[in-house]
Amino acid sequence: MSGEVRRWRNAVVLVAALVVLWEVAYLIIGDVALRSPWQTLRFTAKLVQTDLFWEHATTTLRAFGVALAIAVGLGLAIGFALGLDRLAGDAMEPMLVALYSIPKITLYPILLLAFGLGMSAKVAFGAIHGIIPVALFTLAAVRGIKPILLKTGRVLKLDSAAMVRSILFPAAVPEIFTGLRVGFSLTLIGTVLGEMFAAQHGLGYLLMNAMSLYNIDVIMSVTFLLVVFAAGVNAVLLAIDRRLHFR
Amino acid sequence: MRKVTLVQVGIVTGLVLLLEALCLAGVIDKITMPPPHRIVVDFVRLMIAGKLWPEIGKSMGNVLIAFVIAYVLGILIGTVLHGYKGVRDTLDPLFATYYAIPVFAFYPLFIVMFGLGDGPQVLIGILLGVVAVIVTTLNGLDRVPQVLRKTARIARLTPLQTALRVTLPFCAPYLLSAAKLALAYAFIGVIGSEFIMAKNGMGYEIGYAYTNFDNATMYPLILLILLFSIVMNGVLTRWEKLLLARRGMA
Repeated sequence: MSGEVRRWRNAVVLVAALVVLWEVAYLIIGDVALRSPWQTLRFTAKLVQTDLFWEHATTTLRAFGVALAIAVGLGLAIGFALGLDRLAGDAMEPMLVALYSIPKITLYPILLLAFGLGMSAKVAFGAIHGIIPVALFTLAAVRGIKPILLKTGRVLKLDSAAMVRSILFPAAVPEIFTGLRVGFSLTLIGTVLGEMFAAQHGLGYLLMNAMSLYNIDVIMSVTFLLVVFAAGVNAVLLAIDRRLHFR
Repeated sequence: MRKVTLVQVGIVTGLVLLLEALCLAGVIDKITMPPPHRIVVDFVRLMIAGKLWPEIGKSMGNVLIAFVIAYVLGILIGTVLHGYKGVRDTLDPLFATYYAIPVFAFYPLFIVMFGLGDGPQVLIGILLGVVAVIVTTLNGLDRVPQVLRKTARIARLTPLQTALRVTLPFCAPYLLSAAKLALAYAFIGVIGSEFIMAKNGMGYEIGYAYTNFDNATMYPLILLILLFSIVMNGVLTRWEKLLLARRGMA
């Protein structure tokens, strides 16, 4: 059986198993705290037809888009800068790793004070989740480039912009893409979390609101949609990732 | 001191001084952030006053519980899973997608199920951490040389003995990485849940201080969490390096 077929079969088995697990959990716990897969699907179908939902969803998507752009831009810049300078890289890498390991959630109140309640705080919160993994993966990718490629570039007297564009970037793309994939997930989580703690719009806010109103239908549907969105995009990115590494 | 360490100390000192200068010059106003020296003074005062120790103890206790359960469970699942290739292949896409799922979205459900107490917070910490431990354990087990497994078979070790005496010790550096991840996630899970909805704990106190513009409490508490996670991370990284060096791998 080819790898492609096996992957599809595995995915189908996995999804089926998760749905069964969900149904069983529902049967055990019941209506107090859960909805069955079928009920969730039906409510979700109704929810996505309302304007209110799309208002929140577009707010989240917009914040997420900006945050992702910042995370990727800054992450790539930091990664390339540190990857090219031995001393700076050696000094900063452990510090980035340490920063990566701190619970960024604790920084949220500081961001709120700095940016005020609203879009920019959400964007900043999403971005700080994504920057470091993108930077770390890029740093490792640039460092892992074969020295002969760099020497060739120097022999051809490329300036640093041309060096990045025509040698570093193409050679490091597979690793960098893995960083982008991780950065994507973390930025999305960061943005939604930001909305959960303090916002008046967005899916995170919708979730928090439903929580305080004890509206299990909405909680289940929004969670379901977020998971499907995250898993769907991640599956696509993973497929591209695999292809890039296969080259 | 090594050059790299010097540069690191220089960067940190420079950043703190820059913050101090910006705060004193009023570029960053007092409501946003007190100057760093002020935070340190508040920190000492808060620790001596001791009013928040129960909250700190409660959160740290929950972090510890979440960490231990996620860690032990993760290594256990990882070790068992390593023997069943089919199951592992099926779960692989779940592992690859897992950290794209906002686990915090399940927090409300857990509150409804278990009530607003320590249970849901610890559970979130476990859920966040356990998959990282499983994946890292599997990664380490993949690298166990065939000859070690054969030796274990020749010595007629049971699967449990093989795991405890041969394969897992071999994976020690990976298990330390896993510990770092599990600890970070336990913190994120517990403190984050306390932020969202809780009756007490450090996350709750930080949120409470935030709504009351009580920077003298908020910043020291945040500092405490950051210091604790950075120090723990540093200790585990050190240990990992030592292990790798002893094997001639670093």
